[in-house]
This record gives sequence, structure tokens and C-alpha cells, in this order.
Amino acid sequence: MLEIVYQFISQNVLLPITTILLPVDYQAQALTVLQTVIKIFSILVPVLITVAYFTYAERKVIGFIQGRIGPNRVGFFGFSLWGLGQPIADAVKLLVKEIIVPTGSNRSLFIMAPILSLAPSLAAWAVIPFDDTKVLANINAGLLYVLALTSLAVYGVIIAGWASNSKYAFLGAMRSAAQIVAYEIAMGFALVGVLVAAGSLNLGDIVNSQVGSVFHWFWIPLFPLFIIYFISGLAETNRAPFDVAEGESEIVAGFHVEYGGMAFSVFFMAEYANMILISVLSAIMFCGGWLSPFQGVPIFEELFNWVPPMFWLLAKTSFFMFLFLWFRATFPRYRYDQIMRLGWKVFIPITIVWLVVVSALVVTNTSPWFN
Amino acid sequence: MIEQIVFYFFGGVLLLSASMVVIMRNPIHSALLLVLSFFASAAIWLLLQAEFLAITLVLVYVGAVMVLFLFVVMMLDINLVTVREGFTRFLPVGITVAVLMVAAMGLVVSSDYFMSDTYMVIKSIGPDYSNTKELGLILYTQYLYQFEIAGAILLVAIIAAISLSMSKSKVNKSISSEEQVIVKKTDRLRVIEMKAESNIQSKKI
Amino acid sequence: MIDNIKNYVTSLFLWELLKGLRLTGKYLFKRKITVQYPEEKTPQSHRFRGLHALRRYPNGEERCIACKLCEAVCPAVAITIESEARADGSRRTTKYDIDLTKCIFCGFCEESCPVDSIVETRIFEYHGEKRGDLLMTKQRLLEIGDLVEKQLAEDRTKDALYR
Repeated sequence: MLEIVYQFISQNVLLPITTILLPVDYQAQALTVLQTVIKIFSILVPVLITVAYFTYAERKVIGFIQGRIGPNRVGFFGFSLWGLGQPIADAVKLLVKEIIVPTGSNRSLFIMAPILSLAPSLAAWAVIPFDDTKVLANINAGLLYVLALTSLAVYGVIIAGWASNSKYAFLGAMRSAAQIVAYEIAMGFALVGVLVAAGSLNLGDIVNSQVGSVFHWFWIPLFPLFIIYFISGLAETNRAPFDVAEGESEIVAGFHVEYGGMAFSVFFMAEYANMILISVLSAIMFCGGWLSPFQGVPIFEELFNWVPPMFWLLAKTSFFMFLFLWFRATFPRYRYDQIMRLGWKVFIPITIVWLVVVSALVVTNTSPWFN
Repeated sequence: MIEQIVFYFFGGVLLLSASMVVIMRNPIHSALLLVLSFFASAAIWLLLQAEFLAITLVLVYVGAVMVLFLFVVMMLDINLVTVREGFTRFLPVGITVAVLMVAAMGLVVSSDYFMSDTYMVIKSIGPDYSNTKELGLILYTQYLYQFEIAGAILLVAIIAAISLSMSKSKVNKSISSEEQVIVKKTDRLRVIEMKAESNIQSKKI
Repeated sequence: MIDNIKNYVTSLFLWELLKGLRLTGKYLFKRKITVQYPEEKTPQSHRFRGLHALRRYPNGEERCIACKLCEAVCPAVAITIESEARADGSRRTTKYDIDLTKCIFCGFCEESCPVDSIVETRIFEYHGEKRGDLLMTKQRLLEIGDLVEKQLAEDRTKDALYR
């Protein structure tokens, strides 16, 4: 479906534009640039729509767990449709609100902070493989790139906290900085485990090295790393139970107390985009990415052959996204010193020990994963 | 063509931000501009097809080191007046040192690269070439001893830093989160079965 | 010792977290108790304390005898009463104001009234667009009383069993 639309656009829209408007020398280059732009949009627009509806899903799921029904009023054309119009109404409301820049704040940094927190979480989608062939940039150092970009998200938080000229925001920024640095190390080590297991930094190759069946996926040999990666992901995205950077009950809203309107909503989008990113990465690195869970199962494999591989990736991602919401509805917020203890004294030792185990498994060619 | 534009753009950003790091009065701005200059140099490294080094620069320096740096700088209450005190007094010495350093760098670098007629031409290597793999191969074969010695030195430094900062005073009243986490309900709570005191219940009020 | 090992194993396998997740997971599928307010309403007790009203006797005579007990008992000092002798010699209020911005709906005025005159109705969905709209005068209180007299009388008979 998507390929047909893409082919149609690049044949009937982009090609004429470039051939008419540009001299012959630059046509080929311009065409590639335009095609890349189209590809970027075809990734980012669905991601942003998912972000919008993820907020809706969060309110629904947490509502359901608390015995409520969540938003169910705003709909389209007079039909309430279980409140499906809610995210759009919220977006419109936030768009038309005034952005108030507090006195004594650093204006340019204050405006820049939300952009800095959203940009890395969107840029990381460049290397996410949706399929054997569908990936924007099939680069060799994909895993490193993702790790580098997820570590950048903290700048938005720190700069926001400092530029706001507010004590609460500053406290939130300090907490977030220390927390993210601590958990980034555990996360990095977990990814090193994946790298050792797959023997490649390319995300597509990582998925391809998990081919076989559900039991060939890396979640079994790397189980502790899988758990640690996901929990570190929770901490990196400042989600419950690690949301001390926001800490509504302690420091009002943490780093984004002073933000309103669109500036706030960009922070909001960044948080959700990060959650989706962590989910999709967990799916790719530990749960076989686009591989079908029925692979190797005699009857089901043929039965589900018609399902496009992308569907499996999206299904796995949705499951991890649901886990984010489920965790938020279940666990109380960690105390700050206990977060630090968990990161430095529990996760990092476990990852180091398990790295040795994984290396031993790889060296001995333990089947069924590493032969 | 495009590569050149990109190079000059990032080169300009790098020079500008690096000089602003020194010029800026606000230490936070300096730190953030340092981050920007790291970025620009990472981009230039990417142009040299050194993607591993570029991403590691971003990951380690921008993602971790500068965060901690900012963390400390934000906490400081720097009085700019006292910092700028004695600026003229130290100016001659400072200029001398700067000139010496520039001269030394120039001597080292120029003889090899700037003077040579043939610039290092970057070979366009196919997408299958993995920078990471090559670096790993060299590090763990040719430069194995140097690499291991560097690792050992870093380890010693880590241990030294930790042992220096761990000054155990006897009046330390901080709580241990290990003990708190391990506590179970049965450690703290005891449900006692007691007989009701019968004469109170039978008493008429 | 064995307890310690057991503790470590259970915490490594996140046993307690899984227990918590199971509990919340169950609630995900439980019946939802939300009341869709404007369309659905929760049942009200006959002792519900809402908007105030002044009642009349069946013959149309207002009950209030201006004893000012409610004014005295009101903890929020929301009631203001002025009284005069009427032409027939009975003591009646000339002013009976309740400031709803002060009122805390404790129901003490109702309890203290010797003639069941000041009561609290079941009306709770009211609003004022101006500040003055929430200052109930005697006239308006009597009107409200007339409006819901039937319900008021019913509730009073129901409650009489317990008094």
C-alpha cells in the first residue's frame, strides 16, 4: 500500500517538479532530496499522530484501571465516538494559548528547551527499520546513533529548568540530569549485550540475527538486559515510577512549571515520542522486530503469512507502549535516593555480569541463538 | 559541492561557538556553547566518514560529561566581579602563554599537514565498510597494550576518586536505602492476639 | 540466611511488582463506576442539603417567626435577619438574607428552626452569573419553597421516623 502511494507521488509529483523547475545537472540530486523529505514525513506524521492518540490511550487505560471510563465526550460531527476527538481538542486548545515567558528567565534558552527535547526523539526514527527494506537510513552505527540521541533528550530538561528562573523547575532539572546520566550507563550496557549477541550495530541486522522462532529472539538469552533496558527506558523518559523530574506532589511539575501553551505541549509530545521510541527499540532489539511470532510454528506460520511484517513490529511496539501506561497506573513514585541506588548499585552490576554470560554464550556458539 | 557547504557551515559554527565559549560572561552559556562546538566537530568527523568517533563524541561528551559539567556549573553562584578582578594584571602572562601554545601547536601540525602538497584525500568507501569494526580490530591487535594500560590507569583514577570522596565520618546520619528496601512487613509489624479484658465489657455505663 | 536468598531471588524476578501489575490488570476489566453526570445522576438521600428555602404553612402563612436561632447558630455567619411586628401583631421578618458565597451547607439552620421554616432543598445545580445572584433574599427563598414544597414535605415525613 505505502509503496504504491510513495511510487505514485515520486513518479507523478516529484519527477515533474524537478524536471520542470531545475537545470539538468541538479535534477537527480534534487529528486533524492525530495524523496527523502517525503519519506521523513511518512514516518514523522504517523509518529506524531500516534503521540496525540497515545495521550488519549493513557487517559483511557489509567481511567479503566482506576474504575473510571476516561475521556468520552469530545468527538466528531456531533458523535462522541468514545472521546476520540479529545487529543485534537487538546492540541487546538494548547495552540491558541499564550506562551508566557517568565520575568528574569533566559528568553532564547527558554524557547529553545522544548525544541531541544523533541528533536532528538524524532531524529532517532531515521534508523528504525520497519521492515527488511523499509528504513530511512540503513547505517552501520544505528545502535550507537540511537543511544547518542536518547542521551541528548536531557538537555531540553536541564535547559528548561535553568532558563525558567524558578526553584521548582531547577530542582526538577537537577534531578533529571543525575537520573538520566545514571540510567544511561545501564542502558548502554544493555545495548552492548545486544551488540555482542547480534554482532552488529545495524538495527536491521540485529533483527535478522533473531530469525527462527519466538525462542530465537534475544529476550531469552538477554533476559536480564531486556528487563533492565526497559526499566532504564522508563527512567530515561521520566515516566512513572521514575518521574521525580516532574514530581507533581513534590515540586509541582518540575522542569516545565513555567511553560504553558504550545511550549508545554512540545515537552508533552517529546515525552510521549520518547516512550514510543523506547517501545519500538525494545521490540526491535529484544523481541524480533518485524519477525512474526508464529515463525517456525507449523500451521500458524502459513495461516499468518498474509500479515505484513510491519504489523508485527507495530503490535509489539503497542504492547510495550501499553506497559508504560500499566506501570504508571500501578507503581508509586520511587524515592530519589532509591532511584540512584537502583541505577548504580543494582542495574550496572547486573548488566556487567550478564555481559560476561552473553559473551560466553556467543563464544561457545550456544544454540539455538548463536550458531 | 554539498559536502563542502556542509563542511564550511559546521567549521564556521565550530570556530564561532568555540571562541564564544571563552568570550561569554555567563558560565552556563559557555558550557552550552561548548556542547554546540562538540556537535559541530562531530559533524565534521562524520564528513570524514569517522562515524564511530563522531557518535561517541556526542554520546560521551555531550550526553554524559557535559551534563555533569552543566550540573555543577548551574549549582555554582559565580560572582562575575571577583572573577574578572585582576584581569589586566594577568593579561601579559596570559598572552605569553597563549602565544606559546599557538606556536607549539603550529610547529607540530604545520610540518606534517599544512605544508604538504598532497592533502589527505578521503576515499569514498562503500556503505558496508564499518568504522567501528576497523577501530576495534586495530585497538585489540596492534595497540592492545596501550589500550589495556590506558584502561588500567582509568580504573586506578576511578578508584582513587571514589576513595577520596568517601570520607566516612562517624556523625554521618544518612539513611541507607539498601536496608530500607530490604525491609519486609514481618520485620516491622507484629500482630498480637490478646484476650479482651472481660471486666471492662461487662461493666455497665 | 535462607530468607535472605529468598528475598534476593524474589526481588530479582520482580515478584512483588508482578503482583501489583496483576492487581491493576484485573481492575482494567472490572465494571466501571463512572456516573455520566448530566444524563445520569446518583441517588439522593432525603437528608440532602442543597439550596435553601423558606416554607409556608398550608394556608399560605409563612412559617418563620423571626426567632433568629438560625442566625445565631450559623457557623459561617451567612444569615442576616431583621424583624418587625406585623399589622396583626405577630413578629415577622422584614429581611431574611442568606449569603450563599459564605454558606457551608452544614444544615444547622434547618436543625435549629423551631417551626421548620428554613430548610435545605435537594436543589444543587444552580449558579449565579453575578455576585448578587448568590445572595438569597427572603422573597427568593420563599419562591424556592413554594416551588418544591411537595418534595420538602415528603422528605420531612420520611425523616420524621428518625427524630
